[in-house]
Amino acid sequence: MFRKKKRPGGEISSSGLADISFLLLLFFLVTTTIDVDTGIDLVLPPWVENAEQIAVKSENIANLLVNEVGDVLLDEKIIGVPQIKGEMIARIKANPKLIISYKTVRDTPYKIYIDVMDQLKMAYEELRSEYAREKFGISLDQANEDQIQEIRKAIPQRISLAEPTQAEG
Amino acid sequence: MKFQKKMARTQQDIPTASLPDIIFMLLIFFMVSTVLREVDIQVTYTLPEAVMVEKIDNKRLLSYIWIGNDERIQIDDSIVPVGAISNIAYSKRMNNPNVIMSLRIDRGSRMGIVSDVQQELRRADALRINYSALVKL
Repeated sequence: MFRKKKRPGGEISSSGLADISFLLLLFFLVTTTIDVDTGIDLVLPPWVENAEQIAVKSENIANLLVNEVGDVLLDEKIIGVPQIKGEMIARIKANPKLIISYKTVRDTPYKIYIDVMDQLKMAYEELRSEYAREKFGISLDQANEDQIQEIRKAIPQRISLAEPTQAEG
Repeated sequence: MKFQKKMARTQQDIPTASLPDIIFMLLIFFMVSTVLREVDIQVTYTLPEAVMVEKIDNKRLLSYIWIGNDERIQIDDSIVPVGAISNIAYSKRMNNPNVIMSLRIDRGSRMGIVSDVQQELRRADALRINYSALVKL
């Protein structure tokens, strides 16, 4: 009497599921930004209220001054931006304790600041890769974590950023 | 003689039942790797170029400061004065101690404003910065 009626075709078609997921997939594909940020890393010195002046021997400092039109003065001598790298490599090799004091004026364009910073980074990179070649016989990008730490310790980046001064006149 | 076309006895169509699963896998990959852009950039800037640029692998650590060619400073969604940066940077550092401040500065900006921003960041103890630059070829 109460027999269950058998109905034909009791399934939900799942072929539309793929289409829906395709739509979602397309949405995420379009909104994803794959491009990675690139830039020059730097760690600022910590803020101290009354900065005590630490005397550094003048032979251990390389004064790098850049004025508002992009002339570079390295220890009272005018040099071009692309020459900084070679000059710095020679000077750091001669004196591993060298601190580069990098100073600009307030009107120096940011682009020139980055160009000079780039040169300094290149100089350190070259020194480090040279060290890696001599010490471990490998290039810098083959070095493992410990070796990188050791290389960094052997050739630290000593760049001191001085606050820009108002241009005279 | 009769030429009869041979018919395979096996099923002809490829099963598509697992197609949604494959798509879902792709979908989940993109969902996980997506970082949705949440700010509108209100300043115009052109990044400088440099050779020694490094890739930042962890985008979630980044926090941006834009400085446009008219020397306006934007953080998150608003234009801020220089003096307010240290408070903002400090609260960002509280939320994420390893924050990297990415400075996206127009190449024509003057160093005065850049330095002012850096001093503010030092005051907030947000010392890891990154000068955003494009790769020079």
